[in-house]
Amino acid sequence: MIMSLNVVSFLVENKPGVLFNISNTIRRKNFNIHSITAIAGEHEDTTRITITSKADAHEIDKLVEQMSKMVDIIRVKRLDPLRTIQRDMALVKLHTADPMAQEEALAIINKYKGLILDIKPDTVIAQITGSVNEVTDFHKEVTYIGIIESARTGITAIEKGWVTLMEK
Amino acid sequence: MTKTTGSKAYLKTLEREGVTHIFGITGAALIPICDDLLESKIRYVPGVHEQGSAHMADGYARVAGKPGVVQVTSGPGATNIVTGVATAQLDSSPLVAFTGQVPMSMVGTDAFQEVDIIGVTASITKWNYQVRDPAMIPWAVKAGMHISNTGRKGAVLIDLPKNVTTEEAEFDYDVKVELEGYKPVIEPLAREVDTAVQVLLGAKKPVIIAGGGVVASGAGKELTELAELLMAPTATSLMGKGAISSSHPLSLGICGMHGRHEANFMVPDSDVLLVVGSRFSDRTTGSLGGFAPNAKIVHIDIDRSEVDKNVDSITRVIGDARHVLDALIKRIKVERLKPNGWHKRITEFKQYCEPFDYGTDISTPNIMRAIREALPSNGIVTTDVGQHQMFAALHYDVLEPGTFLTSGGLGTMGWGLPAAIGAKAAKPECKVLSVCGDGGFHMTENNLTVAVDEDFPIVVVVLNNRLLGMVAQWQRLFMDGRMAAVAREYSVDYTELSKTYGAHAVRTESMDVFRSELRRAVDADYTTVIEVPIDPNENVYPMIPPGMGLKDILTDE
Repeated sequence: MIMSLNVVSFLVENKPGVLFNISNTIRRKNFNIHSITAIAGEHEDTTRITITSKADAHEIDKLVEQMSKMVDIIRVKRLDPLRTIQRDMALVKLHTADPMAQEEALAIINKYKGLILDIKPDTVIAQITGSVNEVTDFHKEVTYIGIIESARTGITAIEKGWVTLMEK
Repeated sequence: MTKTTGSKAYLKTLEREGVTHIFGITGAALIPICDDLLESKIRYVPGVHEQGSAHMADGYARVAGKPGVVQVTSGPGATNIVTGVATAQLDSSPLVAFTGQVPMSMVGTDAFQEVDIIGVTASITKWNYQVRDPAMIPWAVKAGMHISNTGRKGAVLIDLPKNVTTEEAEFDYDVKVELEGYKPVIEPLAREVDTAVQVLLGAKKPVIIAGGGVVASGAGKELTELAELLMAPTATSLMGKGAISSSHPLSLGICGMHGRHEANFMVPDSDVLLVVGSRFSDRTTGSLGGFAPNAKIVHIDIDRSEVDKNVDSITRVIGDARHVLDALIKRIKVERLKPNGWHKRITEFKQYCEPFDYGTDISTPNIMRAIREALPSNGIVTTDVGQHQMFAALHYDVLEPGTFLTSGGLGTMGWGLPAAIGAKAAKPECKVLSVCGDGGFHMTENNLTVAVDEDFPIVVVVLNNRLLGMVAQWQRLFMDGRMAAVAREYSVDYTELSKTYGAHAVRTESMDVFRSELRRAVDADYTTVIEVPIDPNENVYPMIPPGMGLKDILTDE
């Protein structure tokens, strides 16, 4: 199943409590967050936050209007799905005590153009990057080998061409 | 530049921002500030419970047209103003709350009287902020005052850890407040005005609904002028009551759950509905299916997020109501409207709606009329919440915008009396009267102490039906008359209680005595409480049952 997610990007003041205010508003308006990523932006006084949700575009647009009112949010925008690049990354630790399992694991990692970050006699850590569906598919394919642990970043996204978050 | 303590910087900034009164209660975290207040020009009004102080600041703000300031200590002082902050925020009133806080070194340790008031009030403030550096105090205070009183006004809370008030820093009042994420739109876009003008000029049956935004932006005159230009009958929401004078021939009164027949019939019949500064509250619209089903809705609001939130509009104009109405008037004056049969229909319909039979006995509608007769046109009325509030909305004629104050959004019982004190502080030259039920009066009646001892003479009319009347009405209408949790056969005597607080107090069941007592009270320079026992079985009509459309009106017949 291909998941359709709406992506909302924020540029906010890098101040205490801003992330709390955003997630609190999302909770209050009864939305579920699928993923959230946040990191200080190009300038240290701002933070770029990317949130994805399964809610439909119309509902998300109303939420975006509510969010634009918040004083500490400099810019918030639902990204145009037709021109947005989304990427998700996972660090996946596989159980590969069986030599056959290790061989198959490496093959699947290669197929997904993943990186092998660590090999121990009985474990392998892979870095998988791609669309949210690709990363999900990788997890499905290695399930039979045995996933010990997986850490995903959640989606980050950017629009193609000259369009930027700051542009109206 | 001189170094000064955070506390002194805070008070100096407030003074330069034009603050005249601080309402509040002190506490351990506020000792340095209250000490400095002894040397300040700002008048400190000590309260009896923080909730009352917050309502006073709210009432002050609604009348003064500038922020009202409440200042309370950390922990319980801060949590006690939560209702007051939410009330102001829901009614877009510029309240600025300052809360004391434990020193930064103890924040997060569950110290004595520590509460995370920033977290608590995150969803009921327009903006909140904890000052962590004394040098930031002028910026934070100026930003708070600016944010609360611009754009769509609202509540702001600023948390002041104790060490920040005692430590010294350079004091720079002229620090620039630049908020990249906060740029309220005041002037409308020309193309939005153009589209709205086209829709309005094409109207055959135009109706206007004016909301609290018209009152907040002082656009009563412009609204009335536009209504006359368009020949558009004008209803208001509860918060917009007074936006157009009740005596104006185009005024329909309030629409919605307890709206007048005229309003609730004309709104669904309109072909173009111009909604100004109103957020389509469920109490104003009734069920959305029955709300102006055939109308093209033109929405004017300062808050873009209100557009299409509850009701979809065909076009919108974003901006301050006064500026937008002004722009519309200029354009429509040039393009002029063709006369049609709509105006005749309004007059006919108003005649068809039989005038209310007031009779001569004492009743809530008659009391509302007597209050109107006793008060000058600029007299200010605050209501509490419940049946008397709806009676006031229906039967008290507001002649000047901004002279009818009510807790519309949150519906906070106990709001009216302290808000009246705040209103009196803002405009001592105006007569201020609070009308309330026994339920709401009993919640905050201790604020009479402040009215008496701090010399804010007000008149309080307590309509005592010994019931929580609005809930009792719902139980009579929708719960087979099963009366649960509404009886208030208390042994307390509100008249004697009011005397204990030092107010002049009288109880009467005679309309004539009420009128003469009211006249005396309005002229007096001391606080008066008039208690009127009323019929506990009285229902307020007309009423639209919850979930029904505007035309599904219940009456007492």
